[in-house]
Order: sequence, then C-alpha cells, then structure tokens
Amino acid sequence: MHILVCGGTGCHASSSNLLLENLKEQVDENELSGEVQVIATGCFGFCEKGPIVKMVPDNTFYTQVKPADATEIIQEHAIKGRQVTRLLYKDPVNKETISDSRKMGFYKKQIRIALRNCGLINPENIDEYIAADGYIALGTVLSGMTAEQATKVMIDSGLRGRGGGGFPTGIKWDIARKVEADQKYVVCNADEGDPGAFMDRSILEGDPHSVIEAMIINGYCIGADHGLVYIRAEYPLAIERLKIALNQAREYGLLGKDILGSGFNFEIEIRYGAGAFVCGEETALIHSMEGHRGEPTFKPPFPAQSGYLGKPTNVNNVETFANIPVIFNKGAEWFASIGTEKSKGTKVFALAGKINNVGLIEVPMGTTLREVIFEIGGGIKDGKKFKAVQTGGPSGGCLTEKHLDTPIDFDNLLASGSMMGSGGMIVMDEDDCMVSVARFYLDFTVEESCGKCTPCRVGNKRLYEILDTISKGKGTHKDLDKLRNLGDVIKDTSLCGLGQTSPNPVLSTMDNFWDEYIAHIEDHRCPAGQCKELIHYTVVEENCVGCTACARNCPVNCIAGERKEIHFIDQSICIKCGACLEKCKFNAISVS
Amino acid sequence: MGKLKVKIDNKLIEVEQGTTILEAAKKLSVEIPTLCYMNLGDMNIEHKPGGCRICVVEVEGRRNLAPSCATDCHDGMEVKTHSIRVLNARRTVLELMLSDHPFDCLICAKSGNCDLQSTAIKLGIREIQYQGEKSTYKPDLSPAILRDMDKCIMCRRCEKMCNEVQTVGVLSGIYRGFEAVVAPAFERDLDHSECTYCGQCVAVCPTAALTEVDHTNQVLRALADPSKTVVVQTAPAVRAALGEEFGMEPGTLVTGKMVAALRQLEFDYVFDTDFAADLTIMEEGAEILGRLNRHLSGDKSVKLPILTSCCPGWVSFFEHHFTDLLDVPSTARSPQQMFGAIAKTYFADKIQKNRKDIVVVSIMPCVAKKYECTREEFSVDGNPDVDFSISTRELANLIKRANIDFNKLPDEEFDAPMGESTGAGVIFGTTGGVIEAATRSAYEMHTGKTLEKVDFDQLRGWEGIRQATVDFDGFQLKIGIAHGLGNARKLLDDVRSGKSEFHAIEIMACPGGCIGGGGQPLHHGNSAILKARQKAIYREDANKPLRKSHENPSIIKLYEEFLGKPLGEKAHKLLHTKYFRRGNIICIEPDVREAESI
Repeated sequence: MHILVCGGTGCHASSSNLLLENLKEQVDENELSGEVQVIATGCFGFCEKGPIVKMVPDNTFYTQVKPADATEIIQEHAIKGRQVTRLLYKDPVNKETISDSRKMGFYKKQIRIALRNCGLINPENIDEYIAADGYIALGTVLSGMTAEQATKVMIDSGLRGRGGGGFPTGIKWDIARKVEADQKYVVCNADEGDPGAFMDRSILEGDPHSVIEAMIINGYCIGADHGLVYIRAEYPLAIERLKIALNQAREYGLLGKDILGSGFNFEIEIRYGAGAFVCGEETALIHSMEGHRGEPTFKPPFPAQSGYLGKPTNVNNVETFANIPVIFNKGAEWFASIGTEKSKGTKVFALAGKINNVGLIEVPMGTTLREVIFEIGGGIKDGKKFKAVQTGGPSGGCLTEKHLDTPIDFDNLLASGSMMGSGGMIVMDEDDCMVSVARFYLDFTVEESCGKCTPCRVGNKRLYEILDTISKGKGTHKDLDKLRNLGDVIKDTSLCGLGQTSPNPVLSTMDNFWDEYIAHIEDHRCPAGQCKELIHYTVVEENCVGCTACARNCPVNCIAGERKEIHFIDQSICIKCGACLEKCKFNAISVS
Repeated sequence: MGKLKVKIDNKLIEVEQGTTILEAAKKLSVEIPTLCYMNLGDMNIEHKPGGCRICVVEVEGRRNLAPSCATDCHDGMEVKTHSIRVLNARRTVLELMLSDHPFDCLICAKSGNCDLQSTAIKLGIREIQYQGEKSTYKPDLSPAILRDMDKCIMCRRCEKMCNEVQTVGVLSGIYRGFEAVVAPAFERDLDHSECTYCGQCVAVCPTAALTEVDHTNQVLRALADPSKTVVVQTAPAVRAALGEEFGMEPGTLVTGKMVAALRQLEFDYVFDTDFAADLTIMEEGAEILGRLNRHLSGDKSVKLPILTSCCPGWVSFFEHHFTDLLDVPSTARSPQQMFGAIAKTYFADKIQKNRKDIVVVSIMPCVAKKYECTREEFSVDGNPDVDFSISTRELANLIKRANIDFNKLPDEEFDAPMGESTGAGVIFGTTGGVIEAATRSAYEMHTGKTLEKVDFDQLRGWEGIRQATVDFDGFQLKIGIAHGLGNARKLLDDVRSGKSEFHAIEIMACPGGCIGGGGQPLHHGNSAILKARQKAIYREDANKPLRKSHENPSIIKLYEEFLGKPLGEKAHKLLHTKYFRRGNIICIEPDVREAESI
C-alpha cells in the first residue's frame, strides 16, 4: 500500500510535512514498513480541501487531514482496512460522501497531461519519474530523430505556448533552429506572476523532471547546449526540488556531456528573479537574466533570432515544457486529437474566488466555462448567484453568464474580450462589485508596470484614478468616455504585452456590466454593496434586541446604545468595516 | 538585398533594407514628432528605446500602432502618420505625459527650448483631460548639475549618454511603474556618485529635468559690487556656439561681439581662456618632451604615454575608474584654472589688488568646469582661483537680461595682457585640438627647427578614437585621440594592460570635444551643428597671425616677468596639480568618500 501525502506549498502551509512525519512514525511503530510506504508527492490540485492524503491502490481520498489524524489513518485504514469516513470528501451540492477521487466531480472531467505526475510520484526521486515513463521521450529523440524531425513532431502536435501569448511552440523552435549561431540558449520561464495562478510552481514542485526532460529536447532541436530556468526567488520549495532534480539528472547522465551516449551535451542553470510581473515578458526576462533592469524591448528581433546575450534563444513556459515529453511518448496525432481546431491539448487553470472547489485543474481545450465552474468547481459558494469569471489575470477580462457555454480556447477567449493568459480563473458572485474588480487589477498593473513606456506608466495610473473616483460615487459620464478612450489608446500604443492588455479588466467590465458603472455614477450606489464610500450600515430597529455585540466589536466605537435598548450607528465615525454586520445574530444590521 | 517599396501618407518611396519608418518618412519630408528618439549619426549614437510612444503610426494590417523610430520598413508597407487613430493616440499619450509634469513653463529653465513643450505646441494641446497624481522626487543639487526629476519624461537619453556613450554608469532607471525614474543607484545624489559632471546628460535632456546649476545671479551681484574687480575669461568653444542663442547659423564666429557684450555687462577686464591654453601648452609641452627625452635615454621609471588633463570631466573619470593610473596624466592644470591662478597672482600684482578683491568668472561650454573651480586644491585660504564658472547658455541669458542687442554689437578686442592668444589656444575647443597645439610647439622645441605647415590634418576628424604618427625630424611621435569617455576608457584599458603604443594621448570627455560640451546651446540631437562649430574653430585658428603657443608675446613676457621657466618652481606651484583616488563605488556613507591624496 502507498500513502500519498500532498507536499505542495498549499498543503505544506497547512502542516502536511508534520502529517507526513506522523504517518511515517506510525508505520514504523506498527512495523508496517514492509507493506506500507508513505510518500510526499506534488500538488493534487484540490487545494480547497488540503492537506490531501490519498491511499493507493484503492484511491481513497482523504481531505483536510491534520497531523493528529495520522494514527487513525494507519490504525483504521492501513491495518484494519476500514475507511476513516469523517475525512472523506463530501460533495458540496448533493452532500454525498465520495471516497474514490476518480468519481469526484472535481476530477471527473479533468484530463491531466501537464499535471500527469503531480500528486502521483515523489518529485524528489528520479526513479519514480523514470518509472512513470520519464526520460523515454528524451531517449527516443536523441537515439532516433534528427533535430528537424523532432521539431516537426512539435509543429504537428499544435502545442501553443501556455504562458499567455499562445504562440505555436514548434514554430518558435523551428525559427531558432534555422538561425545559425555559435551559441544558442533554452530558457524556461518560471516567473509566474498572475495573481492567484500557481500551475508553474505546482509543476516544478510536483514533477520537475518533466520540465528538465523537455528543456533538453528543446536544446537538441535548436542546437543549444545551455539551458536556464528563470524562477522567482519566492518559490523556495520549487527551487529546492528543481535543484534536487537537476543533481539527480546529472548523476544519471541525463544532463552534462554526451547524454545517453548520443554525443549531445546539455547543462541547465537556475537564475533567480525578484518577482516582477513584467519579467514574465520574454524580452524583459532575458534582460533581467543579463543583469539589466527587467524591461521589455521592442520585437523584432524576436528572442528566437537574438535573445539572451544576443544569441538565438527559445523561451518557453513551465507548463508548455511539461506537455512535451508526453507528446513524444504518445505522438503528435494523439496530442492534436485533444482540444479544439486551433488550440490543441489541455490547459491548466488555477480556479479561485467564490467557488466551492478551489484548486488547480487541467481540462481539454474546448471545455466550457460552465463545465469548469459548475461541474469541476462545484458551483458557487454558499448557493449564491454566479456573476462573472475573470480569466487571464491582470491581462484578461471578465466574462459573464452569456459566455458560460463558450468552449475555452485561445481564440474564443480573445474574441470574448478576455484571454487565456497563464490560466488564472477567478469566479465572482453577486456580492462582487465589478468597478472594484477592475480597480483591483489596475492597482496591480500600476505597481507592476516597468515604467518604460508612457501609456503603461502614466495611462494605467490614470485608469486606476478614474476607477477610484467612480467607486467613491464621484464619477461622471465623462469619466466613462475617458476610460474608454484611455483603455483603447493604452492597448494600441503600449510597448509590451503588459500594457497592451492591462485595460482589459476595465474595458470588459464596461462592456458586460455597464449598468453597474452607471449605478455608481448616476445613483451613487454600489449594487454589490462593496464600495465603502457608497454604503451605510444602519440598525434595523425592529430586529435589534440590544445585545451590545455590535457595539462591543466596533473598532471605532461608533455604535451607541444601552443594554436591551435599540442601538444607533454614528455615520460620521463609521469606517464601514462590516464588523457589526458580522457579529449581529439578529439580522439587525442592514447595508444600504 | 533589394530595395523596399513603402507608401507613407500615400507617397511612394524606395528605401534600403533596415530603414525605419521614421527615416523613410523623413526622406519624404514627413516629420513625425518624436521625444525619446535621438540620433547623433556622425558620432554613432542612436537612441530608440521606443518608450515615449509619441512617434506611433498606423501600419496597414498591423494590430496595434507601431513606434516609427524602432520599426523597420518592409516591402509593400503602407503607413499612415496622421490618421484620426494616430492623432488621437499621439495626443492622448502626450496628455498623459503632461499630466505627470509640473505646469511651471512660465518659470522653467528650459521654457522655449524644451522638446516636450514644442511637441505640445505642435500637437495643439489646449487641455489636459487626464489629470491626476504627479510623481515627485527629491531634488538633487550638485556643484554642477541640478536634477529635478519631477520633470523627467523617461526618455532615457541621459541614461544612454551616461552608460553607453560615456560608460560612467551613474544614471539608470530605478523603481517601477508610475514611480519609475532615472537616477543614480539607491536614488543617491550625484555628489555621492561617480558622476564626472561631463554634462552630456544635460546636453540631451529634452526637458528641464537635468540642467546646469545657474550661477548668473552670483555673477550679477559681483558685477554690481564696487569693491570687486571682476575679470572674465572665455573658453575657445564658446565663440563658435554663442551666436546660436541669438538666432545665428551654427558655426558663426562671434568672438568680437562676445567681447563687446561682456564689456557692456561691465566686466572690468575681458580676457581669454585661449591665453591660458597657450600657457597650458608651454607646461604640458615641456612635460611631454621631458618625459619623452628621459624615455628615449632609457629611463625605465618614466611613464608613457602622457595624457592631457585640460578636461575636468575626464579628470574625474580617471580619478574614479583608473585610480591605478593617476601618475599617467600630465600634471598641468586646465586652462581655466591656470588662468585663475595667474589672474589672482601675476595680474593682481599688476593692478595692485588683493586676490580677495578680484572675482574671476569663466564662460565655459561645460558644466564640469563649475565643479572643477570648487575643487579645494584650486583655492588659497578658501579663496578660489576661479570664483564662478557659467555656461555658454548662461552667458546668453545674461546678455538678454542686460537688454543687449547681441546681433548689432560691434566687434571688439580682448584686453591685454591675458586676452592675447594664438591659433593653438583656439583649437583647444575641439577634439584633436589640444594635441595639435602641443605638437606645434613640441616639434619646434624638440627639433629646434621651424614648423612650416602648422595644420596637422591627420589629428583632425570625428572618429571617436583616432591615431596618428607625427615625424619629429626622424623620431616618430605616436599620438592617440579619444573623445567621449567610453572611447577614453578603451584607450585607458590599453594603457593599463601595457598594450598602448602611444607617446601622448588627448582625451576630451564630450563627444566632439568642448564644442559639444554640456554647457553649449542645445543641439537637439543634430550633429551637423557640432560639425559647423568645429569648422568655425579651425577657421578662427587659420585667421590668427600667430598659431604656435610659444610665440604668444604675452606668454613670453609672463615667463620673463613672473614664472621663470616652464616646469620651474613657481610654475609648478601655480600651474600644476595632483590627482585623487576617488574609487568607483556608490558611497552609502558620505564619509567613505573622503578623497585619498597620493
């Protein structure tokens, strides 16, 4: 029996490392080490319910397991073969208890290619990766294919870059392959920056060898013997596992000189980023690696022609790389058979927001938003109404009810006014104010713009300020015209992808939630009750029993009233923190 | 590679591969406005970061607008430079830039001479719709350069000059987003950086973010003080550029008018730095020959090549970056400082004044001279040899303030004795000039023969690094020349590694030499202006009756009456200097910077 314990950052933060130790201790104490193996794996994806423990082979899926539960799991499940029912997953909709992960709504519709090994193997053990068909693709390529043939497999697969732009990976490789140069480079972009997105981190934490293997294949295809992983320093666990994996690959002769006796040499080094969002843009990333300020430069020349240190360079995202070994193992036709006409394969999304099943999912291209949100995601939290879903992070837009049946792929999302981005997906319900949402993203962009070009440096700041004015009920119709013109001009004139997409959250919410903007401007009202300047907390006199809970919890002492008498909120002092509403058990506080 | 057919605003043109839209448009006389773009083609300095986005144009079939400065033409390209989409975008972008800029044009140092202002005029901006918070930074007042980054538009031209052209590496982009600005690391003051005050950042700044420190009011106060005798000296490059400030063609020589204007400003004595340039040749020439002769006689301890030391930007540069080579440059002070030392000794005696009652003002094409005259070693008991150094631009401003119609002034002559100079002194104003002047005198001193042809064409030109061999009656003197500190660095690296074969090297910090100095009228990226100034300098030289420094009668008299001989004891004390090891670190603590004397 194998006991798989999630060792991803999320579960780790909920003490899964302690849980792991306790389980191992229990195994030893009960002298089960011959039959039971406890293994730390990468992320299972179902972070909402972490820490996750999975029992193999029966696929029992335990959720929210605490370190203290170790004894019971060993005693009951491992020794007596009885499931610990209280730790099993309950479907949020029909309240059914499900023990087999394959039958859970969260996993049923997923097809895991990039995440194939995450939650299955021990990422710190190369043998487990090899046992899961690891490095077979590398062997196939190095022993039997020319660079041109291998690149053709990539082109035929139709794989497009998963970092945001969606440029066909094979074609990118082919450009770099055809450029003649004394030195070329392969770069892995692990500078994941979208707020809420963590697929790249999870892959590096859960299956680092898949990325290493793909980088070597990339190097072989374009004629590069040097690879660099640009990773943000705030991913310590991913860095640690990547380092372990690199060392193991070197020990096994899979990195270094004359790999697998093919005569091909390849080495990989790690470069740390300081976590600037703009360094996910490939030219900015390259400048950062060169020791310069992380700023994008004009393309062309494209990195495939002139990149790191002026040499032809392929920059691919972590998730893109993770797909590649499987493409060689199962064939380009197999990969191309998944997905839609122009977007092949699967896409990993980081599902977050007001949704029951928060976590990392991987679905075939062409899956609809409805399937993702209501089937895999288990619907909206607390039975509230779905309002919008934000895709593509700060570069994307907000999609609504009418987009729910749109099959997700690069082109459809773009046509709907959003984009794929790196795969952030934030679900919003009726309580979310779309003006505030747009303002939130602009706040992020203002902070993360490099400041090189005028529209992005100043324009985004002005967008933010106008949104802020509107959210305070001080906006005018003219402000809406300004938002529209400014948004269009910033998209039209910015230097890099950051500025060219940063107005999307504003423009898409204006397109889809015009009435909400108008309510803020004409009625000075925030329909979702989120904009602090526009809401008031008042005491509903007929419900107030004078329990004093609100007054005791008010941080600014703006609630007056004697015991068993009706209370009163002084609006001039109230900071609209909502503590009174939260504490009142009698529905005696209303928001207007 | 065949030619490309391109259509811009419905006009067809054929261009070479690699031509940008901006360049192609220019050939059609379509002037697309630019702000961050800068092209000093003759000096191989091109800056096109594509950051300001003012030059955007519409390219048929392209999703977004293209920055014309950084986008190459392709065959069959159709470009619109003034469609409604382009005009709206360009206007919006400029409004954004203006919305983060102080509205103090009325009292701004660059008003009327500001690229941002002229672009706003060109685009007809009458209202700024997108107002909001402005980014503010602490002002930085150094001895020579004033940084007011509230006015920075992030064109990064200064960064280009500081890092790539001069390789000084003080200015770079710091902070992110709306806060992004160009500054020394950790937003330290220039005074606590390796800044050489070469002023090339000031020379290219499109706004008043970088300006020279204004000393005109101090000069006016000194002129108004009846107890002071105010002596002025004018550097060679000033006369070749000052006219531009009064609408004259670049390259117009205004020596006589300048002298007349200074007299109308009521300077008591109008003298010439060219006189001190001749004096410099006497000292530096003697030093070159001295070292050379010792070298030729087999003295291994003598250091060659010898490097010129007239340029304060260059002196700062090697004090910061080549601290191991401090004994290589000539010890001769710059002409500005030689002038000050002589004015407050020899000349003070002549007019029977105490040095404290004499104010020496220099008119320089330079901002580093402002810093140079504050260096402690150039003062006696706290009284500086040169009290104030003002730029060509500041002089123009003083003339305008005094209601002088410069264009109508008669030509006047400098006062004696420190106004007399030779053609050799004049050419100090251009790259190659100092070494040519030195060669003219050194040749005659070394060979004892009369030099018939004084024009050394092989030393003249625009190349950043030049070399020439001059026949000294059988001995081949190898000369190197560099202008721009980046080029100087290359020659210095060779000296450091022992690869340099030169006997003497001339270095000027600014591209083009002093004619392209940071204190000159702004060239707005037009290198033809610098070339015209250089021609004027050589014209002035050719027209001088005397063209060799050692033939200057006032110099001969100065040695006879006062100094004795070149490199003599008095000369050593007054006309030579020492250098300091300043290191090349950004100083976090000011006291780390205490200069170490050698």
